[in-house]
Parts: sequence; structure tokens; C-alpha cells
Amino acid sequence: MSAQAILEATGVQVSFPVGSALGARLRHQQHLLHAVDGVDLAVSRGEALALVGESGSGKSTLARAIAGIQRADRGQIKLDGKVLPAHRRSRADQRRIQMVFQDPYSSLNPRLTVGGMLHELLRVHHVVPRPEVESHTGQLLRMVGLPEDAVHALPRQFSGGQRQRVAIARAIALRPEVLVADEPVSALDVSVQATILNLLQDLQAELGLTLLFISHNLAVVRHLCDRVAVMYMGRIIEVAPTEVLFESPRHPYTAGLLAAIPRMAPGDESGAPAVKGDPPSPLRLPTGCRFRTRCPIAQPVCAEQDPALTVSSTNSEHSAACHFAWTASPANVAETV
Amino acid sequence: MSGPLQLEVSDLRVEIASHRGVVCPIDGVSLEIAPGEAVGLVGESGSGKSMTLKSILGLLPPDAKVTSGSVVFDGSDLTRMPHSQLNRVRGRRIGMIFQEPMSALNPVMRVGNQIAEGPRVHLGMTRTQSVERAMDLMRRVGIPEPERRFRAYPHEFSGGMRQRVMIAMALSCDPELILCDEPTTALDVTIQDQILRLLAQLCQESGTSLMFVTHDLPVVAQVCHKVAVMYAGRIVERGTVQEVFTRPMHPYTLGLLRSAPDVDHPGHSLEPIPGSPPSLASPPSGCRFHPRCQFAEDDCKVIDPPLRLIEGDRATACLHYERTLDEIGADT
Repeated sequence: MSAQAILEATGVQVSFPVGSALGARLRHQQHLLHAVDGVDLAVSRGEALALVGESGSGKSTLARAIAGIQRADRGQIKLDGKVLPAHRRSRADQRRIQMVFQDPYSSLNPRLTVGGMLHELLRVHHVVPRPEVESHTGQLLRMVGLPEDAVHALPRQFSGGQRQRVAIARAIALRPEVLVADEPVSALDVSVQATILNLLQDLQAELGLTLLFISHNLAVVRHLCDRVAVMYMGRIIEVAPTEVLFESPRHPYTAGLLAAIPRMAPGDESGAPAVKGDPPSPLRLPTGCRFRTRCPIAQPVCAEQDPALTVSSTNSEHSAACHFAWTASPANVAETV
Repeated sequence: MSGPLQLEVSDLRVEIASHRGVVCPIDGVSLEIAPGEAVGLVGESGSGKSMTLKSILGLLPPDAKVTSGSVVFDGSDLTRMPHSQLNRVRGRRIGMIFQEPMSALNPVMRVGNQIAEGPRVHLGMTRTQSVERAMDLMRRVGIPEPERRFRAYPHEFSGGMRQRVMIAMALSCDPELILCDEPTTALDVTIQDQILRLLAQLCQESGTSLMFVTHDLPVVAQVCHKVAVMYAGRIVERGTVQEVFTRPMHPYTLGLLRSAPDVDHPGHSLEPIPGSPPSLASPPSGCRFHPRCQFAEDDCKVIDPPLRLIEGDRATACLHYERTLDEIGADT
């Protein structure tokens, strides 16, 4: 895996100070919220890796740390074997990892035409020689399926789907190796969502992009991605190839998450919910396993020991962070509860 | 459809006067809800689904007006009711649950008091009675430790808990009908699952009817018996959830079904609906979907197809609905 891994994160930790700065100074201690709390992740070249989890699980923060727009406190992010600084990356490094954001209404400069935006990028980063900037812009717009006269348009003249195309054009303009897409279709209607997903898939194949796809929509993830990493309270709790994860999840949280997806086939709504309760406060994490307060198979050992991500003995690509991941079957347990 | 209808919306038309002329976000919508029935209203943004729900209770923005049609609830037309009378229906006999509980709840009022307010105002309960009722409701919707949580403010609650407060408020006066506007869209999938189960159970227990507006088809499949699909201010198809989602009779419904990935059937390529929704200021001639329709014929450009009954409760506004059925048949 690590041999062809293009992107490698080891022990990444990102935390945010909470509460007042004055109070912290008076008490000589600052409360920290660990949004990402020790994550190891390797992404192979050309693959599409999904990062899923509920809000507050740290998936966006991890993505931002990887893209270099959020400083990581600890840990290392390596691109192609080279360690990237946690902040103030060089332009050349910035260029290699690009990001597409969730809300195309706020992630584009409202005062800049599409052409202005792309020209600036191409010039500043010397992507193509100056005389070719204009023709290259046209080519980029064609690649994302926008008409060429879109060059003169402002973001507000576009629909949500078209804006997301502009955002994608902006990201691929720099010929990145890794594209980090943070919920790129969540704000879009379902028929528009399909066009953007198809576009991402085509571009990935065409440009050989490595895709880190953050989403809470598991149907979209199953459709688009090769591998899935599930996050819970700042940790990765299960990683597996997509089909393995959907067919035989080993962590009880993953099993619950999958069971909670609304299905087209009418289900029995009278039973108990797939996962009970709310996630704990990230400032008062449970001892031991972070999921134990909601876990249907929690045992005394779960309160004492924090389970590490362990690899399956049968499938080296499947790992889970549960004491019983490779003994009991959480999927079965979750069903019977 | 047995017994009297709970709610009957007929030929509802809403107009908004804008500087670019009159826009018509709802254009002739008819909808029926029987007692104890859960009806889903689906469509993309701008289709008029939320607007339809708001017009039922007279909650339209000030520049929007109901210009024709009626909303009959228990024999009287809500659109022609004076506000004083409407206030006795709103919250008392028809409950509401909105998408964003943080903006729908009063941020400076304790959640318990917000739940207790309805029974006090509408049912004439004393303070003690209404507080007791609020605690009981909080217990029913699954808010732990109601005695302590009663005195909390909305910001102290998580998104799921706030939505439970909204549900408790909607249920507080034993309404006959609850209107839900995307009640789980802002929630995480595990919390959504909890809330949907709770809603389905509570409605089953008390026989409350439900109108459920959402853009998420699987959510409708989980909660509703019947579904109406809206496009550009009109209902284009109606029927039971099972029928509409497995044998769609309108190409737009087919398009919606084919553009969303199905978590249980991966590997299908997604087929987006070509084009984009029409401007409501100048909708296309004839069938409003014809510029995007793969089966459109010449007559679709001229004839504006009404919603017509095909079999039982099944209705479609497509002139050539057989083609959609054939397409589905060819698939399986």
C-alpha cells in the first residue's frame, strides 16, 4: 500500500481552542477541542477514497489539514514521499493538492468573472505560457462542460450546478495530483448532483486524479469511490474497499450508519433506530472507546481500553477500531438489537 | 379512500408580483390527505413544494398571494379564513415541523415553556397542567431527563434534540394533521433515522395525518403511503409510494429516480435529467417538462396536459405516460 501511496497522513492531530482566551490565561490552561485526533491514512495514486462520518466527526477538518488550509498541530502529511509543511506551503506544493468546497454560492468570488478567476490562477502559478492562458481557459471550461462564453460571466449568473462546475474548473486548472472534494454535491438537487458526480468520475479517469471525497451521503459514496474511511469523533474507526465495507462492516458504528440510510424499499419503521442517542460532546469524550456510549455491543473492556485500528487477518485492506471487530459480527449484533 | 378527507387542496394558485411581472410558483395544485395518511410531496428546489405547504396555513411571504383555489380543512376554506380564526387552527389542529429547528425555536425561551405554550393557549390548561403535559411530551419524543431539560434553552440542545422539541411542540395539542417541511434534511443520517422512526410511530399511535415535503425520495419511501411529485409549480404525478417509485408514469419521476444513486443497487450509471428547470416567469408552452423530456412529441409543445386519473388513485400529467412505463418494463 505505502509503496504506491501518493498521499500519506500519519498521526495527524488538529485542535481548536475553545472558551475565552482571557479565562484560559487566568487558569493557565486552554481547553482544546481535538477535531482530528491522531489519524493515519494512505491514499493510492488514482484511487477515489471516501471520508464519511457525521457532522463533527472531523472529516472536513482532516481534509483541510491535508490541503494545507488548516494547520495540523501534530503529525505529518506526505505527498509522493515528500513531507509537506503544516502551513505556509510553497506555491508548487499548494498546486498539487486542490480543493472543491460544498457551497458553490460562497466559495467563488462574487466580483470576479470566471475568466478573471482562471486567468489569474494560470498566470500566478505559471501553468501555461502567458500567450496560451486564454486558449487554456477555454479548454478548461470545455472540460467541465461549460459554454465558452461563460468566461465573461459572474458567479451569480450561474445555477448551483454550473457554479460547482466553475469551482471544479478552478481546482483542476492547476493540474493537481490530488483533488479534495468536501461535500461537493450536498447543496445540489438530485438531477444536478448526478451531472456533477459524472463529471468528477470522467475527470478522474481522464486526468488520473487521486480523489479524496468527503460526504455524508453513503449512496453517493458507494457509487463513486473505491475505498471508504469512516470517521467518528476525530478518529478513523474503519477503512475498507467500498464493497467490503458495505457488505460486511466490522465496526458497530459503521453497521449502524449503513442501517440508518433511508432505502427506496419501504422498510419497517416501527423497530428501534439503527444507532441510539447523540454523539458525545467532543470536549468530554468517553473513556476507552469513543463509541461505547451508543454501542449496542459495548462491554466493560470498552470503557477501559481505547481500541486501536487493527487489520483483518483475512483481508489486509480492511481495518477497524473495535475490540470485537474480528470476533463478534457487529452487523449481526446491530440487527438483533 | 374511505371517510371524509382530512385536507383537500384544490386547484391552488399562488402568485408573486415581482418587478419582472407576475410569477406563479404554484399553478393549479390539487392534493388530498385522508385521516391517518402520510403523504409525501417531492420535487427539486423551486418546484413549489414548500410554498404549497406554507400556503395551507397562510404562512406565505407578504408579496405572495393565493389568487384562486381552496384549501378545505374540516369543511372550511383556510385561504379565506380571517387570521383570528386561522390562529385557532394553526398549532391547535394542524401542527408544523420546519427544517431548521434553530431558527424555528425561540432562542430566549426555555424549551419546556415553548412546548407548554400551545396547550396553555389553545387547550386552556393551567400552568401546572401544561408543564406536566410538556414533560410527558418530552418523554414521548425521547428527550432524556425532561425534568432537567425542561429549563434548557434551544442552543444547549443538539440538532436532533431540537428537532425532537419541534415534534413535541407540533404534537402538544393533539393535532389532526402535521405538516413537515424537510424535517430531517439538516440532520445526520443516524439522527434522521431516529427522527423518522419517531414520527412514523407517533402518527401511527395517534392516527395523525402527515404531509411531508422533502427532496429525498428514500425518506418518502420510509415514511409515506402516498406521494405527489411536483415540477415547476404543478403536480405531475400522484399515487402510492410503492406504485410511483416502481412504475413511474411521468418522465420527470423517472428522471429523478435514475439520477440518484441507490445505495442497494450500486454500479448503475447515473442519468441526469438534461437541461435545467424552467423560469417560472415564462414557463414553456404545453407541458412544462417537454424541453427536457426524452419522450416529447409535437403535441407536448402545444397541449398543456392536466393531471388525470389513470387507475385508482394513480394520476399523471403526461400525455404519453405509456412510454415511461415501457422504458421501465424494458429495464427489468
